[in-house]
Amino acid sequence: MDAKDILGLPKTSFPAPQEKKSRPQKDSQRKPDGISREVYALTGGLAPIMPAIDVSHLKKRTQSEKGKVTWQWLPFTSSARKDNLQLYHWVRVVNGVPPTGDYSFAKYNKSVDIIKYTDEEYEKYLTDPMWTKEETDQLFDLCERFDLRFIVIADRFPSSRTVEELKNRYYSVSRAIIVARAPSPADVAGHPLVKEPYNVSQEVERKRALSMVLSQTKQQERKDAEVLAEAKRITESRMLAKGAEEAELRAASGVAPESTERVTTAAESVSPSSNNQQQSGVVATTATADASSTPASLRMLRVYLRTTVLEQMVQAASSSAGLRTIKRVDQFLQDLGVNIKPKVPTKAVCAEHLELRKEILTLLNLQKQLQYKEAESSSHRDSSYAEAASTPKRLHRGGDQDRSFIPSSINFGGERVGKREHKRKVPGRFSDVPPSPPQSSKRPRKLKASD
Amino acid sequence: MPHTSSARKHGGDQSEGSGSVLKSQRAKMGGIANDSEKKGSSKRLKDVEISVPIVYGTVSFWLGKRASEYNSHKWTVYVRGTTNEDLGVVIRRAVFQLHTSFNNPTRVVDSPPFELSESGWGEFEIAITLYFHSDVCDKQLDLYHHLKLYPEDDSGPQSTKKPVVVESYDEIVFSEPSESFFARVQNHPAVIVPRLPATFNLPPPAPIDNVNEKKKGDTKDHTLSQWFMTFSEADELLKLAAARQQVQAYIVKLRRQMSLIDGQPQQSLPTSGH
Repeated sequence: MDAKDILGLPKTSFPAPQEKKSRPQKDSQRKPDGISREVYALTGGLAPIMPAIDVSHLKKRTQSEKGKVTWQWLPFTSSARKDNLQLYHWVRVVNGVPPTGDYSFAKYNKSVDIIKYTDEEYEKYLTDPMWTKEETDQLFDLCERFDLRFIVIADRFPSSRTVEELKNRYYSVSRAIIVARAPSPADVAGHPLVKEPYNVSQEVERKRALSMVLSQTKQQERKDAEVLAEAKRITESRMLAKGAEEAELRAASGVAPESTERVTTAAESVSPSSNNQQQSGVVATTATADASSTPASLRMLRVYLRTTVLEQMVQAASSSAGLRTIKRVDQFLQDLGVNIKPKVPTKAVCAEHLELRKEILTLLNLQKQLQYKEAESSSHRDSSYAEAASTPKRLHRGGDQDRSFIPSSINFGGERVGKREHKRKVPGRFSDVPPSPPQSSKRPRKLKASD
Repeated sequence: MPHTSSARKHGGDQSEGSGSVLKSQRAKMGGIANDSEKKGSSKRLKDVEISVPIVYGTVSFWLGKRASEYNSHKWTVYVRGTTNEDLGVVIRRAVFQLHTSFNNPTRVVDSPPFELSESGWGEFEIAITLYFHSDVCDKQLDLYHHLKLYPEDDSGPQSTKKPVVVESYDEIVFSEPSESFFARVQNHPAVIVPRLPATFNLPPPAPIDNVNEKKKGDTKDHTLSQWFMTFSEADELLKLAAARQQVQAYIVKLRRQMSLIDGQPQQSLPTSGH
């Protein structure tokens, strides 16, 4: 509708009683005789009989009902400006009458009402050891100019003060003035500044905590989540156990908010959502109690099953390994005849079990490394063929053996490798001849010329 | 085992006494003035753990002729000490949570032996919650056990004489136990207590007497004791040790092979083999 308005078109379209006119035209435009209609159409044929588009809808520039609309480039002023600057813009003029009224965006020029104090008021109510009158005046001036945008104000403030300090000063001054000027305290009790004074320390802490949360690494996040879950459990169990005593405590805790903040800022802290000071006490102590063989979260439990510990430690040990590796470890254990979960989990057994698992992991890693090395060295070997002089004595390279590490067929054929070492030490040349491996190797290898 | 309890021992006598005293002391601690003092009144032994080996499980008998469709087996679920000692020193109460189809599925047992007998037809998971004495631990511990009624091998008819027994061995570990707890159980057969270097003035353990007056809490002469399984850690240790040896030898071999491969391409002599 706006588009039509701009163009000056009518909003509703006319009905088009034009069919009668086009009919006589049709008669003179009949197709020639002798060929069928469709064939004639192929050659281009006649124009369509009925107009496809109602012509009356197009290009109708009738007079707009409102009158003549033009657009003119006219000057304007805005009440929002104080300097009577004249700017120009396009204006929709109807019948030669330009629109009246203020610049339409002037109404958005809002500003904050900053309290203005007199010097006497300053002397009486507002002096502060940390702030000179000059600074306070500057602050208020900036506040007015920048509409209480404290970040900007802090940037432009001549001496360096933190945002919180500036806010604190501004709000306490305003509050003092409001209270001082009020005829009675009751009048202003509802004023937001009076009701909720600005609390600097709380603000500082809050921002610090926020930035800490923002800059947490993923690990810390995980740890925190863990500790949080533990704390929740502790809270819940303590709630169950000591309902009445907690009610007492809560009544006495004016300390709670501070303790809340302190605990949030502790290193491995937990958010004490409840006012349960005992809970936060326990958490704080356990946060300090670290460096023990059992994981911190379990120590907090005070009582746990040994199998749970074992599971956790197994998980911790294999955390770097993928799922497949873990399965291989389990398989290995089975092949060795050891239960994946020990049947008699005493302390000694659990310790041994864990050690065994770690050793198996090392073993598997070594195997992988060995395979990589062999891959490297075999590709190395291939590239050096041109210069290779055969040295028949240099046969079995230890590395070619035992590619298939099947646990059940533990092959202690390593002794042969040891012997070969001696021979290789004698001639120090690099040129090597790859021998045929004693066992079939699993990996496909390129054919070696000397085989 | 390092511990710093000697500094706290003077307060030890105060914390002895009824559990309610302990509780009220804790309640009076308002505010977190001092993190480390929080545990002060309960005097915990750092880096010490007390473990209680337990066996928990079920024994289930087929009812034979007396079996009906909804009552085919009679079974008992229990928590006992590994050597059938009395667990009452540590455990105050055991709660067995049965399947909802049972009347009053939450069964509470307040005195040892901690067991429960029932009859039924279905297998389900029983949740066992152990509550400990107040000087032991405030938190409860949860165990889960699947009740097995039917024997593994479906061969042949069931016998009313031979039950289906499934037991699991585990150890309850109390980390940083309180002094009072430690003192109380240091000579009890059900509890594994580590040796402290210089047993500082712990009050001597209460003599384990008055057997006649107290009800017997151990399971030594239990009706089902003939079916209890024995768990020997020696067996397992042996197997583990053997396995470790094998793995270690393997590792040595692999390392040797690796060093060989490393030796060749760089024209450097391999260092003396492993």
